[in-house]
Amino acid sequence: MKALRDKARELLELGEVQVVIGYGQGRRGVRPIFVTRPQDCEQLVFDPRCVQNLASYLNPRRAHVKRLGRPAVVVKGCDCRAVAGLIRESQIARGDVVLLGVRCGGVVVHPHGPAELTADTVAPRCQGCDIREPQLPDELLGELPPPPPEAPGIAERVAALDALPVDERMAFWKAQFSRCIRCYACRQACPLCYCARCIADFTQPRWIDSSAHARGNTAWNHTRAMHLAGRCAGCSECERACPQGIPLTLLNEKLAQVGREQFEHRVGDDPDVPAPVGDFRKGDAEEFIV
Amino acid sequence: MSEPASSAEGVFQPRIVAFVCNWCTYTGADLAGTSRRQMAHNVRIVRLPCTGRIDPLFVTKAFERGADGVIVSGCHPGDCHYTEGNYHARRRFRYFRELLEFTGIDTRRVTFSWVSASEGQKWGEVVDSTTGRVRELGPFTAYPGTQEGSS
Repeated sequence: MKALRDKARELLELGEVQVVIGYGQGRRGVRPIFVTRPQDCEQLVFDPRCVQNLASYLNPRRAHVKRLGRPAVVVKGCDCRAVAGLIRESQIARGDVVLLGVRCGGVVVHPHGPAELTADTVAPRCQGCDIREPQLPDELLGELPPPPPEAPGIAERVAALDALPVDERMAFWKAQFSRCIRCYACRQACPLCYCARCIADFTQPRWIDSSAHARGNTAWNHTRAMHLAGRCAGCSECERACPQGIPLTLLNEKLAQVGREQFEHRVGDDPDVPAPVGDFRKGDAEEFIV
Repeated sequence: MSEPASSAEGVFQPRIVAFVCNWCTYTGADLAGTSRRQMAHNVRIVRLPCTGRIDPLFVTKAFERGADGVIVSGCHPGDCHYTEGNYHARRRFRYFRELLEFTGIDTRRVTFSWVSASEGQKWGEVVDSTTGRVRELGPFTAYPGTQEGSS
């Protein structure tokens, strides 16, 4: 924590960055803060309540953040994959941002809850994490904490759904999607949903029916998942943002599995590794095509 | 999509939408027609430049709007008019097929095929086999609103 504050203060004092985007203590737990003065760096914290993916503030849609000047951003490994995605897709340049990487031992589900990591509080996405020590950042701060406690992960829930007959899966997702109110919070929270004009907002033609109805809700949720296929950094911000608690990470994880099994692709923090969609091999399996 | 879901004989006549590429499958289907190949008449063709242009959203939307089955078809690997559009499509539809299966849409309702311009016969087989399979599965009624007809 001291190393993080010292580095942030140094960057601001030297004028290398105009703002440090990090985590701070709010009235109700941890929240993102924007530090612009060196003396305010004492407010920076990092603990397992630092759930939010601050790479979302680098999303080019967020013009108001861009206006603050060159940023330094505190990133966990999973956040760093999102930054790598933005660089890979030419949305930001590596030199546009200073990355303050933190070694991470897992986060809790709720930033407003207790900071203790137990099997009950640990976020499902932290199970099987392979990026607790990201490689992309300019600075890697803190000691490597012990790995997160064992608990059921997202993959177990995906496997449980996969084991069901297809009509029971339909019943499950129909119930989930029917609760969608089409607020697009999942899109707004996502660090990698950066289209200036989203296909869901088109009216001529109306690609995706806009009312919160089964017709349109499926198209939206399919489209959101497909647009992140092979790109999703696995930060779970979509699900955290969802006011209806739709388990969107299950869709993301399922498609990540396809990438691993079919294309030997894991989303990592190396911007030079191409994403599997938009790339191809002539020998890709095609047993599903007649 | 205005005709009734069942014909006079009471056999279920599925509504199947085919998204095909202009250069191979559309021409192949044309060949099937000019050579008087008899086939199921349940398929409506939507012609697109390339399988690479077929957004998975088209398939979802077809199901939402009352299709019982979908065919996606284009040029064989190596034959793409745009060199590599079908390779990209193959990856995309690998993901999409798994997503459909995972969200509970039976992938037997969706046929992916490569049909070249000279394979009118194969197009007939794809149409017949897909129609037969979807007929066995019955109408796709998973989404409330899909029975409202066209809109």
